[in-house]
Amino acid sequence: MIAAEPLLEVHNIETYYGLIAGVRGVSLEVPEGSIVTILGANGAGKTTVLKTICGAMVPNKGSVRFAGQDIAGRDPDRITRLGIAHVPEGREVFPFLTTEENLKMGAFTCNSSTVKTEIYRIYEYFPMLKEHRKLAAGYLSGGQQQMLAVGRALMLRPKLMLLDEPSLGLSPKLVHSISEVIESINQDQGVTVLLVEQNAQMALNIADYGYILDNGRVVMEDSTTRLSKTADVQEFYLGKKAISVRGKRRWKQRKTWR
Amino acid sequence: MDTFFQLLLSGIAQGCVYGLVAIGFVLIYKATEMVNFAQGDIMMLGAFITITLINHLDWNYFLAVVTAIGAMGLFGLALERVLLRRMIGESPFAVLMVTIGLGFVLRSVAGMIWGHDSQSILTPYTDLPPLRFGEVVFPVADVVVVGATVVLCGLTFLFFRYTRFGVAMQATSQNQLAASYVGISVKRVVGVSWALAAAFAAIAGILLLPLKSAYPHVGLVLGIKAFAAAIVGGFGSLPGAMIGGLAIGLVEIFTKYWIDDIVQFSVSETSVYILLLLMLIVRPSGIFTSMQRKKV
Repeated sequence: MIAAEPLLEVHNIETYYGLIAGVRGVSLEVPEGSIVTILGANGAGKTTVLKTICGAMVPNKGSVRFAGQDIAGRDPDRITRLGIAHVPEGREVFPFLTTEENLKMGAFTCNSSTVKTEIYRIYEYFPMLKEHRKLAAGYLSGGQQQMLAVGRALMLRPKLMLLDEPSLGLSPKLVHSISEVIESINQDQGVTVLLVEQNAQMALNIADYGYILDNGRVVMEDSTTRLSKTADVQEFYLGKKAISVRGKRRWKQRKTWR
Repeated sequence: MDTFFQLLLSGIAQGCVYGLVAIGFVLIYKATEMVNFAQGDIMMLGAFITITLINHLDWNYFLAVVTAIGAMGLFGLALERVLLRRMIGESPFAVLMVTIGLGFVLRSVAGMIWGHDSQSILTPYTDLPPLRFGEVVFPVADVVVVGATVVLCGLTFLFFRYTRFGVAMQATSQNQLAASYVGISVKRVVGVSWALAAAFAAIAGILLLPLKSAYPHVGLVLGIKAFAAAIVGGFGSLPGAMIGGLAIGLVEIFTKYWIDDIVQFSVSETSVYILLLLMLIVRPSGIFTSMQRKKV
């Protein structure tokens, strides 16, 4: 991890929504072949970091390096062409196109000769998409739309996949199956994954390394095995109650970084 | 009964012209959520370019038509690149004012270059005898308009249904953010939409020439009627724009023939807007409702 240059390197980015800072100085590294997760509460800036990487937002400061080139401020479609697939928050499918057309659009930038085999590969991951291949994506259920959004991103055969809360609004069973899919695309296809999650349990289970964002800053970073053992993470993200010497819950509700 | 069929055909022919201009409105609206009120004036420009090529430069009709359509396509592309791209993110009202202003500019520039008199062209089918079916007489110019429109609609359908860029244009209008995430260049889609809209307007102008002559203000009223057609069809639906155009063309011609004579007053000019108002009261979303409420 130390020797090779990371696939994605975000250095000290600051991104603003008008006058309001969404992200104030975040640096992170995603080594090739790994799964890295960003955890944090609502409004911590997780989504903004992803949007800055994929080009939907332009950082006021800082740099984003992908595979050796600076990509900060480029248009999203040009960044996609480099092999970064973004699964945005909230199932952004094309509602009036069929499931299959949605998948084909995922390979818009690719050579059209391989599209058919790619689609079958996606159907193996998500058999239910095959059942509804001719159905307009707007009629799919929320979970199916999420699967479709992930499948559509995979059609790109990406080097790096940005996943923004893939578990949002899914049943526990679907959360489990989507985490399995993420692990398998990482292991079988060698796709590097940057995962933003609210579901800390799931994210810490499948990721190798984690960053915790609070108020637009990275407040903690470590390997996920160590993060899971940290008292703060256990209490605030995993919901375990820390028992103090007095046998009561910590009453100050203070995180160590505050 | 014979007059009925004759009126039907000329209503359909006029409606096709409205429909082609209305398709331009819809194309631009779907790609950018802007309404281009200069659409009729772009049509006028296309007609005048064709007039210049044929009457003043003595070009062959077909060569002139193809050149004019291509030139107007490029004009649409340039318009978007130079003028409208700067307006991204501005308020819809500001964009509206820009397109209305553009219409004024185009009309006065056309007046300066070509004068304010009506002009027309001789087409290869001008001197052909009308088609006769028993007592019914169909002017060739009307038949050509309808035929060309049918072919054009077919090509448009095939383009949006089966080509990769056509589907990408649909995708972009449905979800611009997701489109840019899968690698579709939204800028290019918007540019192509403007080019197509301008080309459609040019075709409408070329087809209109043998029916009516062209003058710098021809696009103003026609553009408003085509706008009404787009609304009747359900703004945002291409087939709807065509159907709306036909509805408006037919209503106009039938009221002209049947009602104007009786009441001794030109109801036909108003009939289009009466239809528009009725439509907005009864079914405000138009015939083809393709708009959906955006989820939050």
